[in-house]
Amino acid sequence: MTTLQTPAEGSGPRMVGAPPFPHPLVIRPHDERVRIYVWQVPVRVTHWVTFFSILLLVVTGAYIGDPYLLPPDGSIMRAIRFIHMVSAFTFLASGLLRLYWLFVGNRFSRWTAFVPVTASQRRELIKQIGWYLFVRKEAPRVLGHNALAAGTYTAIFVLFLVQTVTGFALAGMHGTEPWATLFGWVPSLMGGVSGMRLIHHLVMWVILAFMIHHVYSALLVDHWERNGLMSSIFSGYKFVTRGEIEEARDGGMEIEELAE
Amino acid sequence: MATVDGSVYHALIARGVSRRSFLKFSAAMAGALMLPAAYGPRIANALSTAKRLPVIWLEGQDCAGNTEAFLRASHPTVAEIILDTLSVDYHETIMAAAGRQAEDARKATMKAFPNGYLVVVEGSIPIAEGGIYCTIGGRTFEDTVKEVCAGAKAVIAVGSCAFDGGLPAAKGGPTGAVGVSQVVPKATVVNMPGCPMNVQNLTAAIVHFLTFGSLPATDSLGRPLFAYGQLIHDQCERRAHFERGEFVTAWGDDASRKGWCLYKMGCKGPETYANCPTARFNDGTSWPVKAGHGCVGCTMPSFWDQMSPFYGRLSTTPGFGSDVTADQVGLGIVATVAGLTALHAGGSYVRHKRDAAAPPPPAEAVEAGTATGGTQA
Repeated sequence: MTTLQTPAEGSGPRMVGAPPFPHPLVIRPHDERVRIYVWQVPVRVTHWVTFFSILLLVVTGAYIGDPYLLPPDGSIMRAIRFIHMVSAFTFLASGLLRLYWLFVGNRFSRWTAFVPVTASQRRELIKQIGWYLFVRKEAPRVLGHNALAAGTYTAIFVLFLVQTVTGFALAGMHGTEPWATLFGWVPSLMGGVSGMRLIHHLVMWVILAFMIHHVYSALLVDHWERNGLMSSIFSGYKFVTRGEIEEARDGGMEIEELAE
Repeated sequence: MATVDGSVYHALIARGVSRRSFLKFSAAMAGALMLPAAYGPRIANALSTAKRLPVIWLEGQDCAGNTEAFLRASHPTVAEIILDTLSVDYHETIMAAAGRQAEDARKATMKAFPNGYLVVVEGSIPIAEGGIYCTIGGRTFEDTVKEVCAGAKAVIAVGSCAFDGGLPAAKGGPTGAVGVSQVVPKATVVNMPGCPMNVQNLTAAIVHFLTFGSLPATDSLGRPLFAYGQLIHDQCERRAHFERGEFVTAWGDDASRKGWCLYKMGCKGPETYANCPTARFNDGTSWPVKAGHGCVGCTMPSFWDQMSPFYGRLSTTPGFGSDVTADQVGLGIVATVAGLTALHAGGSYVRHKRDAAAPPPPAEAVEAGTATGGTQA
């Protein structure tokens, strides 16, 4: 966590000419509730593009896996597969942008927020699990992703990668370049083409199961933290007290400075 | 066209094949090998001058299906005669000699043509317990294959068993069956899997060998690209029904009488590489999908395990029973997560009520006070 990157942009002209540290004489109440900019535009955009492309991929993928409901007509399978491929490319583009943002985004969206690299993140992970299991009364204080959520998202990113690779390998089976050349090695890793197809199918179910958990835990944590977590994925802002910013693992003075 | 005595061409003429049929055959072979038409005359030239190529046809743990496929052609074709001409030296199923005489014939060929014969292997090679599950003349088949292949110009493994063990290697098989390339990893082996392989492809591979002096180009599994380079699905005559969303949903239903797509009946055409739709079997008469049955994927590695259930779209999930579908597993995952979520929601509600009822601890007093406080937007 070398430099603080973007909240500066988000906070606008108010920061121009501001001293790097709070003026010693300015007294800020500990329980003053302030607005902090957590999720930058690319984070929110990729979140929703990924969500809608997954929705399309699941519906069209289910049809491709086992054609249902739609009556025979024109070239329905071709159309469905076309939508599946377009959604796949949208999903890929969104994934690539998010991947890039792992390295240039703010502290809440960087890769260091996802992989538990520090000891405090690992301690937080245990504490968070304890909270979920009703063992601990208090959940750790964080502004961005808690260590457990971040770890889960990392696992989901890996599943996204598996879906992308198996998906393009399936496209490559028809000899379509460059997928045939780029992903021709994939089936042998998965016990053959049918194993690859099975994995592509099962991972979809795991992603659907994750969606249930994701929405539930977001609502739960929103209720516990009472900081506008649910609306933050639309607006980018969370509402926290100055005391919470100081306590949070990913908070601190420099974040508090940017609070509005 | 110069011809040479003792060439394949002369052998064919002696068997009553007309020159016209021979040229037609050469052109057809160019087509089978996916070569431009200009290669037809080149193939004819090569066959006119190529010396008879002795073939030793070994048969191991198998059903002789590939031999049967080759023998059961409805009427003699040039292809059949060419194979016949080539392969009389040793073929356990069709040779007249038996017992010691037969083994002597094999040894005589190996001696007479050191480094000059072609080996066709049919059937899997059991290697468990020293290979005792298949012995010929008191020797294990593994031994025979190693000995014969060591002096071969090239080896062609025909059928799924010789490719990777096939049926004897399916789950539960006790014989440790493997394919030819696993027993003789150093030999040049071309795999022609299929249950059975298509004789047209075998003939084309041999003609390629006679014409160019090498076996045809193969994929990463050693299968010739001319025959195993494309998905069955992409060449299928029922593909239009797939695109239109017209599927057979029960055997004998109206859709199956109309010849609609067998995708929903578990056809493995979309994951199987072979030229069955274009080459077809029994002199180009038919092939499984044309006959109304889905492809079972017999040209693919470990197809008995990989492609089952043959009548289901997806394979079953390892670790679950064979009657549990992938979708049932997936729904189970989703239902489990949904159930746990509901349980957790109940638990969280209880926690919430309990916390609300209990007096707030002093340390949290401030926070509890601000939680309902106004926010600054």
